[in-house]
Amino acid sequence: MLGALIIVFREVIEAGLIVGIVMAATRGAPHALRWVVVGIVGGLAGAGLMALFAERISSAMAGIGQEMFNAGVLALAVVMLAWHNIWMARHGRELAAELRNVGQAVVEGDKSMAALAVVVGVAVLREGSEVVLFLYGVAVSGGETAASLITGGALGLLAGVVLSLVTFAGLVRIPSHYLFGVTTTLITLLAAGLAAQCVAFLQQAGVVDALSQTAWDTSGILSDTSLFGRVLHTLIGYSDQPSALQVVVYIATLVVIVLATRLVGSAPQPPRRTAPAE
Amino acid sequence: MSIRLRSILTAAAFCGGALVAISPAVAEDGPTLTLTVKDHKFDQTRPKAVANKPFTIVVKNLDQTPMEFESKSLRVEKIINGGAEASFKIRALAPGKYKFEDEFHDKTARGELVVE
Repeated sequence: MLGALIIVFREVIEAGLIVGIVMAATRGAPHALRWVVVGIVGGLAGAGLMALFAERISSAMAGIGQEMFNAGVLALAVVMLAWHNIWMARHGRELAAELRNVGQAVVEGDKSMAALAVVVGVAVLREGSEVVLFLYGVAVSGGETAASLITGGALGLLAGVVLSLVTFAGLVRIPSHYLFGVTTTLITLLAAGLAAQCVAFLQQAGVVDALSQTAWDTSGILSDTSLFGRVLHTLIGYSDQPSALQVVVYIATLVVIVLATRLVGSAPQPPRRTAPAE
Repeated sequence: MSIRLRSILTAAAFCGGALVAISPAVAEDGPTLTLTVKDHKFDQTRPKAVANKPFTIVVKNLDQTPMEFESKSLRVEKIINGGAEASFKIRALAPGKYKFEDEFHDKTARGELVVE
């Protein structure tokens, strides 16, 4: 039972942390919780479907379907995170300050929330489908231990939920005028880490050949399969043996998001009296 | 189809960026090493491979249940359904030991690729 608990929890860590961060980042925004729930439910439904069609996805595109699917959903998450940060740079402060109830802000806010719901959905989808397949394997292999393994799996899932809540609770303790900066930073690092993972799948698929040599090996110091390593893997994209291309893309993603956010954030705001044009 | 295609293109465009040219995999796959999994165990726990030469690993899952072939050092991570197989193109490796496992059964199904 403990084994299943640990395996499931290990899979669920990433989704749990992402949900917690998104909940903190969207706290106070209209309909925030609803969008997070939409993301989780959508992700779970997708995970079930993906587990069901795992064989077909795998064999698609000459055997690299699974890699391309993973790379695709990761890229989608990166774009959504980047877009959210850029959007928040422009509207976040006013949204938090006074425009919370203005109709336009709510509509615009919903777009940004929807972007983060996609991110939550993708995280739940990826981790969830692995959990489903693992538990399915345990269930059909039968034996007396199946029941206790499934109990362990359920507890592992529960631990993931607790991790989300702890992340959220920890973040929202940060004074609100710092919270915006902290969540923006976390989301930027998250996006860079996911972009690096996306590259790993493209390299595994053989779609991208360049810079495949290992940039460094710190597995002896901190393995990214350890609990702390996994947490860092999600939070800042830590990898103990990344390829050179992963490092390049990680840095490039950071730079692009930071520059775009600065650029948009420092652009003159439209005069308040006129109706917002965008 | 078009949605999937578009997401793949987005992925490729985003991940590749302007930094690298994206080329379809070249056919040079090198020799093939086949690993078979049965009863959640690899048939070879210390397979060998030649250093500094790309090669292909084929993993056959003879069990009824899915497995996840994973190796951080080889940089592979893939779910293989019961009764299915998957192949992995492995880059030219420096001499050394590269651990691999079935993440779903990491107590029993693990091994170490010896590259020399």
